[in-house]
Amino acid sequence: MALKGAEIMKMLPKTNCKECGYATCFAFAMKLATGGAKLEDCPYLDPQVKAQLEAAMAPPIKLVTIGTGENTLSIGEEQVMFRHEKTFFHEPGIAILISDKGAESEIEEKLKHINTFDFERIGQKLRINLLALCFESGDKDKFQALVKKAYQTTEAALILICEDTDVLFSAAALCADRKPLVYPITNENMNVAIPKLKKLGVAAGVKGQSIDAVVSVTSDLKDAGIEDMVLDPGFKNMLEGIRDQTLIRRAALKKGFRPLGYPTIAFPCFMYPDRFQETLAAAALMTKYAGIVVWSQANAHFLLPLLVLRFNIFSDPRRPMTVEEKAYAIGNPDENSPVLISTNYALDYFIVSAAIEEGNMPAYLCINNTEGLGVMAAWTSGKFNGEAIAEFFKKYGVADKVKHRKLIIPGVAKKLVAELEEELPGWEIILGPLEGSDIPKFLSEQWKA
Amino acid sequence: MMKYEPPLEKISVNIRETVVGHGEKALKIGGENTLPFHFFEGSLPNPPGLALEILDTEPENWAPSVLEPFEDVVSDPVKWAKKCVEVFGAEMLCLRLLSADPMGKNGSAEEAAEITKIVADAVDVPLIVWGTDMEEKDAQVLTQVARACSGKNLLLAPLVKGNYEEIAKAAMEHGHAIVAQASMDANLTKELNIALCKFFPPEKIVIDPTASALGYGLEYTFSIIEEIKQFGLADKDKMMQMPILCDFGGDCWRTKEAKENREQGILWEAITGITFILAGANLLILRHPEALKLIKEMVV
Repeated sequence: MALKGAEIMKMLPKTNCKECGYATCFAFAMKLATGGAKLEDCPYLDPQVKAQLEAAMAPPIKLVTIGTGENTLSIGEEQVMFRHEKTFFHEPGIAILISDKGAESEIEEKLKHINTFDFERIGQKLRINLLALCFESGDKDKFQALVKKAYQTTEAALILICEDTDVLFSAAALCADRKPLVYPITNENMNVAIPKLKKLGVAAGVKGQSIDAVVSVTSDLKDAGIEDMVLDPGFKNMLEGIRDQTLIRRAALKKGFRPLGYPTIAFPCFMYPDRFQETLAAAALMTKYAGIVVWSQANAHFLLPLLVLRFNIFSDPRRPMTVEEKAYAIGNPDENSPVLISTNYALDYFIVSAAIEEGNMPAYLCINNTEGLGVMAAWTSGKFNGEAIAEFFKKYGVADKVKHRKLIIPGVAKKLVAELEEELPGWEIILGPLEGSDIPKFLSEQWKA
Repeated sequence: MMKYEPPLEKISVNIRETVVGHGEKALKIGGENTLPFHFFEGSLPNPPGLALEILDTEPENWAPSVLEPFEDVVSDPVKWAKKCVEVFGAEMLCLRLLSADPMGKNGSAEEAAEITKIVADAVDVPLIVWGTDMEEKDAQVLTQVARACSGKNLLLAPLVKGNYEEIAKAAMEHGHAIVAQASMDANLTKELNIALCKFFPPEKIVIDPTASALGYGLEYTFSIIEEIKQFGLADKDKMMQMPILCDFGGDCWRTKEAKENREQGILWEAITGITFILAGANLLILRHPEALKLIKEMVV
């Protein structure tokens, strides 16, 4: 839990020496509390007190990183239970499960997938860059071969899943510089695991049969100097997962309970044999707080909805996605080209502009500043009504750009027709198609200047 | 070692319980005193209600994979309704009165009421009746529907700031529940509920915050529902304690992602639905029977 300035103040030297750059120790303390200053700036801080303060000021949920380079996954450091309270900061990892028992062709297919999987969706890149390699064959050589192959043929971040601790760490040694997550570290194997985790410098996937069991492992690992952990309290279905992950986040955020101040990992791949159910569980467990979901599918049609959901839930509600207000010229419009209007909600803009381009008919696309609200929400709040649009027309001289007097408005904005007829005398208001994808057809069939 | 105490949060108030329909098949929604799926710290007496939608007019431009299950019945709303109940196991239906849309066929309120009565008499499951989304027309259509189906305890939708008075009065007189719609804004939701509760029983109001599909604004709906639930449960705001409805099947199946592949389309709708249930939605209106089946398997 974050410390208050007054609490920090009590632990400072209180000499007001100014060497930290602040006029008083109190000013320095206040700055520390808000993250604006560093403890190192105080040259007279007792090392023991410094360590205490560092621990107390650390984020309630530790940031854990797995993998390297472009494919580094950073999870944790979340600050809220609900995204509307602030935002969620770190997108969870979606890992594709590969068993060493799987057929060679299946393994190849999944490895190929991870290299080529790259969705481009309205200006957003959606990627998958995490693999969970699972020891099920009972054959150490087979598992090592899989790990080597994944390490050599992809740059993905790796999770190693293996109940045999020796096999687990021998595999981890093969890819230690990729910073894999090794799983499971349990009450039973932790004494063997601790020196190896330290030596390899890899993150520990802590598993227990309950939250209590996880707490006992993380406490011991922490005492042994291990910092990077991801938690699995052993939930066996979506319902238990929502419960455990909610309680873990709550304990960390609201109670400042350090032994649970780590991200979690969920395994829908082991919970639901039906792949539709598995996908829905993955969606739910990701939305309700998993840092990583491990998932058995490498099918694009199952993956895309999950990736889009992750993008949506982890977008920052404090900053609506917007584009600049203006009358965009798409293609090379002339005085006979159609005029369309929409909001500056980025999605509306991307959909409509892409559709106009697709139809190969140049047009003016008027993007009215609605502060990122979509058509109906903007209409309700008066940012996309007759008056606002008439003002836009004046400001951007829309009437001077074209000879005709026809305006195409979004198909959902039926309610706007009458308002616009009143505010834009002389203009014919045409209700466009309901769906952006129908714009090309609509323009080619119905447009006449 | 630090001792772990489960940080349970007990809430002393409930979301209101709303009954839709009449007789044996009437459904209750809401009634919970905790967050979705939080059985470990509260009670959720009713699973989320799941309705399948039907139209009073043959649909145009539906993606083949969502039209396919209904292909043999779309020309007849009664057959369509019965198939949803008997074959697809729908426990609630939503009848959309497209025929009355002033921007379309512009059929009369009387005709719309007549077809509603025929459908309502043909099935015994609860019925949501959705108007044209045009304020003035809905004031006529839904009041006629309320009269024609007196005593059936329909759920009439949508009531908005500009037409709630007339429709709510008719609903009250003829024993129906209503959907209060305010677009993506908790304050507007509250204002409308306050206005309604001056004369209308709060336990017969369902909130519609307006819903957007996955990839097309889902996050706004998700957060507005969570916000309303927090106001209702954590802050004990009585005007925010009505159950919440989400209507998004049409929006989902209009996306290019749903149109391009059947499985992807079903997941598009089902994931949108389960995400809203996670946020706190109490009633979903769905389009594809497979999406309904899948959500039901996961949450009921």
